[in-house]
Amino acid sequence: MDFGTVIDAALSAALGPQAIVFALAAIGLNVHFGYTGLLNFGQSGFMSIAAFGLAVTVVTWDLPFWLGIIVGMLGAVLLALVLGVPTLRLRADYLAIVTIATSEILRLIFGAVEFKDTFGGSNGLTGFARTYQDMNPYGGGVDLGIVSFSRNDLWSITVGWTLVALSCLLVFALMRSPWGRVLKSIREDEDAVRSLGKNVFAYKMQALVLGGVFGGLAGIFHILKQGSAVPTDFNTTFTFYAYAALLVGGAARVFGPVVGSMIFWFLIAGIGSFFSQATSGADPLLPDWLMTNTQASLIRFILLGLGLMLLMIFRPQGIFGDRREIAIDGR
Amino acid sequence: MAAELSEARAALAGVSNEPGAPKPDPIVKGSNITRTFGGLKAVDVEHIEIQRGVITALIGPNGAGKTTLFNLLTGFDEPNEGDWSFNGKSLAKVPAYKVARRGMVRTFQLTKVLSKLTVIENMRLGATGQRGERFFSAAFKSLWSSQEDANTTRADELLARFKLDAKREDFAGSLSGGQRKLLEMARALMVDPELIMLDEPMAGVNPALKQSLLGHVKSLRDEGRTVLFVEHDMDMVRDISDWVIVMAQGQIVAEGTPKSVMADQRVIDAYLGAHHDTDITEIDVADLEAEAEAELVAEAEENKS
Repeated sequence: MDFGTVIDAALSAALGPQAIVFALAAIGLNVHFGYTGLLNFGQSGFMSIAAFGLAVTVVTWDLPFWLGIIVGMLGAVLLALVLGVPTLRLRADYLAIVTIATSEILRLIFGAVEFKDTFGGSNGLTGFARTYQDMNPYGGGVDLGIVSFSRNDLWSITVGWTLVALSCLLVFALMRSPWGRVLKSIREDEDAVRSLGKNVFAYKMQALVLGGVFGGLAGIFHILKQGSAVPTDFNTTFTFYAYAALLVGGAARVFGPVVGSMIFWFLIAGIGSFFSQATSGADPLLPDWLMTNTQASLIRFILLGLGLMLLMIFRPQGIFGDRREIAIDGR
Repeated sequence: MAAELSEARAALAGVSNEPGAPKPDPIVKGSNITRTFGGLKAVDVEHIEIQRGVITALIGPNGAGKTTLFNLLTGFDEPNEGDWSFNGKSLAKVPAYKVARRGMVRTFQLTKVLSKLTVIENMRLGATGQRGERFFSAAFKSLWSSQEDANTTRADELLARFKLDAKREDFAGSLSGGQRKLLEMARALMVDPELIMLDEPMAGVNPALKQSLLGHVKSLRDEGRTVLFVEHDMDMVRDISDWVIVMAQGQIVAEGTPKSVMADQRVIDAYLGAHHDTDITEIDVADLEAEAEAELVAEAEENKS
């Protein structure tokens, strides 16, 4: 058992591009669910529409990279508007149903054989990230002793954490303002907000668009860091992992989704590496009859579920949450 | 103010006691308002007028349509038909938030405080026309901080007036039922409404707090606002209202000053007497008082002749 490898795997996941994608997506969910109380179960839909907006613009239509970024982000905004108009006047559950369905519809359309010429079918699209890769100023990778990153990852980490920092700054500035106060009030009781002369529908729509834009950023960053846009990446599991990350960190807290994503990936990668080592080799730590190598890659998700349950029981407010707020719900 | 108040009250003296009677200076005027739930006509109001500058009570048995009428007037529910106006401008099909902006603000039967916001944040939310509530200026504190300070000063004054200043930084969810009623009323005042509509302000409030709540409602009128409230507490109705409208089965069945309404046989039949599920003593008191009043009237008549 080499614990250095376990720590390396855990840290490179927690600091690496994958955690950044989840942090961005979870920041969006934090605006939706944490602050406004909107149940968006289709964050992967906002990601996929922005990702394919960029990929299709650059690869299929052969247009400039930056135009692709704009198309992708506009796609996320448009999706928020289309989803919001029919559902935001209704009860919260309707948005949940519509968003999860829409994200699946989008994923299936992007992967459909019929649209292979546009979206590339199940293999997706590649070759849109050249401008992004050419901007990489680093000469090589970096080795920090216990953790190391390749040249590409180093560039993605720089861009990604900058995006996360700017997003957090924006969320912080907005949520301390009277605008943020209206959102939090809508989360508590929208009729009370209405009775005080606020246009609740407009605020919910603004929140849906803002969170969707963060989701779109996550999608674009996701395909840029790996250089390919694959439809199956944007399945519903993604949304739920992002929710898990948000709840671990603490909803309605600026750094909740960021720290939550880092912890989420630290644990997923660390536990995965631990069990993979514990079940492999000539004389494995865990005997074959107890756990095989194939099972080892799945056990982490079982532990993840268990951990989420324990979190909800013993620290329902997440890491950054305020215990007093939860106490109010218990009354 | 005091002169205006006595004028407004005096003006009511000449108003007939018929349901839907026209008032000399109505702030709200509505006609033919109906709302059906399935086959049930919850509200079927032929005509209603609310006098400006006084306290009007809306009473009636459970299920009479009082709260539904509240919801309709404030845009929280849509009527099947009907038109009503506030300050002469029609309010039919106007969404709830616009109704509030025009100066007609309501509270709720089950108080709606925002539990996870502090008391002072609840108050600040009430202020209208906040620059910081617009998305594009929200991110820049310098654009809204001075306005926020002014709102906070006003909120603190109101909190002091409603004796909630000690709770300023507490979560609203930690307040008692009575304090929540106070907070909701104070928050509604942040909107600076002309007409404030209170839905059962006394429900679930202990006797000591009731007295101070009564004082607060009176002070709303004394500072020139119009008050319309729904209440089952007959003591409160008798004590503070200038005019009483009685509803039963969705319709207005009687109107008048508190005294005349409580002596009205139709009201006793529809509400006070037919109200089997309320406290026996309450009905007894009302009956006894009505009897006593009737006797007095009879005596006076005798003395005249």
